[in-house]
This record gives sequence, structure tokens and C-alpha cells, in this order.
Amino acid sequence: MTSRVSAITINTFREAVRDRVLYNLIVFALLLVASAPLFGAISIDIEHLVLVNVGLSSISLFGVIIAILVGIGLVSKEIEKRTLYTILSRPVRRWEFIVGKYFGLLLTLVVNAALMTLGFYLALLATEQKLTHSDAGLLVAIYFIVLEIVMMTAIALLFSSFSTPVFAAIFSFALFIIGTFGEDLRNVAASSHGVTRWFATAAAYVAPNFSSLNVISQVAHDKPIGGSLVLFNTLYAVLYSAAVTAAAVLIFNRRNLK
Amino acid sequence: MYAIEIQGLAKDYAVGFWKKQLRPALKSLDLTVDSGETLGFLGPNGAGKTTTLKLLMGIIFPTAGTARILGKDFLDPEVKRRVGFLPEEPYFYDYLSAPELLDYYAHLSGMPSADRKRRVGELLARVGLGDVGNKHLRKFSKGMLQRVGIAQAIVHDPEVVFLDEPMSGLDPLGRHEIRELIQDLKDQGKTIFFSTHILSDAEALCDRVAVIHKGELRGVGVVNDLRLTVADKTEVIWQGARALPAVSGQLLESHATGDTVRATVATADLDLLLETLRQQRARLVSVTPLQGTLEDFFLAKTVEEEAARL
Repeated sequence: MTSRVSAITINTFREAVRDRVLYNLIVFALLLVASAPLFGAISIDIEHLVLVNVGLSSISLFGVIIAILVGIGLVSKEIEKRTLYTILSRPVRRWEFIVGKYFGLLLTLVVNAALMTLGFYLALLATEQKLTHSDAGLLVAIYFIVLEIVMMTAIALLFSSFSTPVFAAIFSFALFIIGTFGEDLRNVAASSHGVTRWFATAAAYVAPNFSSLNVISQVAHDKPIGGSLVLFNTLYAVLYSAAVTAAAVLIFNRRNLK
Repeated sequence: MYAIEIQGLAKDYAVGFWKKQLRPALKSLDLTVDSGETLGFLGPNGAGKTTTLKLLMGIIFPTAGTARILGKDFLDPEVKRRVGFLPEEPYFYDYLSAPELLDYYAHLSGMPSADRKRRVGELLARVGLGDVGNKHLRKFSKGMLQRVGIAQAIVHDPEVVFLDEPMSGLDPLGRHEIRELIQDLKDQGKTIFFSTHILSDAEALCDRVAVIHKGELRGVGVVNDLRLTVADKTEVIWQGARALPAVSGQLLESHATGDTVRATVATADLDLLLETLRQQRARLVSVTPLQGTLEDFFLAKTVEEEAARL
């Protein structure tokens, strides 16, 4: 079982690495991170703050964009190009295919985020000449960004398992935006009544809550992040992604592939 | 024991946007294939050949019926380890090289890594792609891709091989090469189930053929049996002797261009025509048996059916 999942994971990773679109995005992201010191130079005394904000936000944004753009085609592209025929005619269970594809894209995005983190720290070193203890605290924010990517990849994969890439992209971006304002949605739910309250509460639980994963401004101001939040966010991201991936498997298991 | 045993396999597709209607693509198919046998699955485009193969491979699910392959349920993953499949006009991961692709498929089929490298090298040489190196598949020609397709179907040394239109879209040389590869598999004793809409391909390779039309099995038999139902004709081309009153009644068709005459006769009348041409001292250019095509077979079959109905 694990051998087949890992073979699919590695092949998915290899596809992404050999895909020129992905290279372009990495280069673009690295350029943006590298240009962050220029922003810092414009704003006197707050270079560190600007650099941390721009750097971490671009790691997050590029991670999410790649997760969606590659994720929406993960399954549908294989159906459309009929490469799936030669996979499913082998002793591969459909769930193994979905899980393998998921881990393949996740591996790509983690490597991608690691490269961007490296570029970000190099930019920090270039502007401040040294790295301080508080700079290590930024890794918590990056860890949360990875958790956000873990969830976004599962969401894009779910839509890819039953929808065309265009609709999958629209649904995924919509959920990303709703998730980014997850806290506001919860507030709306708490302060409304009747049917509105019921709908807002349901939406708040179904949509991912990305607001608790965004600690960029806290770490930029050197505010510590509690261990309980790290634990809670980790559990939340893992359970949410597992549930979404399970839904993708349930849908894909019943699909007739034309 | 049968290698393939299909029982009442049927598939309906829902068509239409608002009002969904069921359109049967395959109507209760019953078919068996012996171990080591090569069966040609014949039918015109849209007859239900690809639907049958997709059902057997678990790519789509049947509306009714079931199948057993090598004595086990066709959806059993253990069965798939012993089965190979070449889809129609296959498309592969074009960012991979041929050895990478074959290694990936062998891995998915459960081959241990120690055996894979040796097997992939051996197989590439056997399908005539021993010298492609690490060139990515996007640079391959259609004929080369078809050979990669055959290679991926047999990379794990399966006992049963399903091929969907393996010769489609290939030039005569490509067709010949694929035919040789299939003959090779046949010689190794593999059970082969291959679909085609070209009768001559089936004739060259198959022990038996099954004919499917509009989702229904119309008949199973050896190619020659099918051929008997089709009028057998021969085309003769000669020069000189434009008028042949002795055989004019036998000529089904004749056209003259300058000194050259092209005529068609029933094969039974061929001797008489050749004899007459010799007597007239005409110069014979060619004698070509006109093979019955699948279309002729269907035409004959349809006429028969309608005659029976009246």
C-alpha cells in the first residue's frame, strides 16, 4: 500500500518540478522576497517590520496560489488526458491515487516554502547583518503558513475530484477568501438570529478558518505565540485536511471516468 | 478454466442536460476467452468496444452484470497485478522518459525494485526503443508512443493483455511492428483480448473474433466463418483486350482508361476470366483479392436480419 502511494507521490512531485509554470512562480516569489529590502530602504527604521510582513505574506500567497493552481488539475487533468486509465488498470486503489496525489503536491509546496524561507532569511541577514533570537520566532508563522497550505491543497484536490479546473479554481479561491475572514464569519454567526445564524454558523464550521493561522503581524512585532495555539492549529489543520481528503476519496470512488 | 468470463455485463449512460435519459452503450454482454487464446473484439466505432474494456479495467462501473478474470472477480486488485492494458490512443506522462515511465508502472504493479531496472531495459530493447535514452515522451512520435504503450501493458509480465485499437492511427510500417509485438505475446502463451474495427488486423492474429454492434454481441467465431458470409471478390487489371464478350456477363464492374481495364469478378469466376485474358493475349497487370471488410459483414448481417424479419 505505502509503496504505491509513495510512487504516486514521487511522480506528482516530479511532474511539478518539471513543470515550467512552477519554476516561474518560484523565481517570481524569490524575486519578490529579494526585493523586500528595497521596501525596507524606503521606510526608515521599520525595515525589519516591512521585510517580515512582505516576506511572510508572499510565502503564504505563493504557497496558496500554487496549491490552488496545481491542485485543481491534480485529478481532472489525469481524467481529461486519460493517463488515469493506465493507473487504475493496475492494482492501485482509487484512494491510494487520491492520497498519493495529495502528498505529492504537498511535498512540492513544502519544498517550495522551504526554498522561499531560505531566501527570506538571506534577505533578513542582508538587511540586518546578523540574525537575532527573535528571528527564529518567525518560523512559527511559517509553520502556520505550511498548515494553511496543507488545508488549501486538500480543498483544491476535493474540487478537482468532481469538477472542471475552472469551477474548481473558483470554488477554491472562494473558500480561501471566506477562510481568511473566518473570524469575522464566526462573529457574524454569534451576533445574528434565526436562519441567518444557522447558515453563518454552518458556513463558519465548513469553511476553513485561516484567521487563526495568520500570526504574521504578531511575530513581526516580536509578540510570542503560545504553545497551545500551535497545538490547536496543528490538530485543526490535520483533521480538517483529513476530512476533506476523505470526502474527495468518497466522491472519486463512485465516479465513472469518461 | 476461462481466462476471461463476462456475464451479462451492461452499461447505460445518462445523456441530456435537464431530462436525463439512459442510453445503453453495452447490452448484457456474455463472452468467454480461453487461457492462451487471442480474441479479436470487432465492431465499428461507437459499437461498445471501449466501454467493455473500460468496464473490465474498473475505470467505469457496470449498470448490471459481472466478469471474472483468471477465476477471480474482475475488480479484485490481485487480478490487476496479472493483467495488462493498452488504452485507445494512449497518452502518457510526457514529462517522463520511457525508462522512468515503465519503472513507475512496474512499481505500481508491485514489481520489486531489483527486478524493475533489468525488466525495463530488456523490454525497451524488445519494443525497439533500446536507444531512446532519457528523451522525454513529449518528443516521441505516434508510433514510438504506441510501442511505449505496449511496453507499459506488459512491463509486469501479465498473463492477460487487453489492447484497445492497438493499431489505430499508425502508418503501415507502424502497424506491422505492433502486429509483430502482439504475435510475440501470442507465442509466449498470453491471453490477448484486443479490440479493432479493422477485419484484416483480426484475421492476421486472432484465434477467434467476437463481433459487437450497437452495444450488442452479434456473433463469435473464427474470421473465416465471418468471411464466408461476405461476398468474395477479386479485382483484375490488364492491358489490351478491351472487349471480352465471353465473360462480360461475369464482370461485376469494369472500367477502361486508355488501354488499361480494371474489372471486378466473383472469385469463383476468376479462372474463367484469366483463361480468357490469356487467349486474348492481354497483358495482366495485377490480381488482387478484395478482402471482405467489417462494413461488408455488417451489411450482409443487416440484410440477413431484415430478410428474416419479413
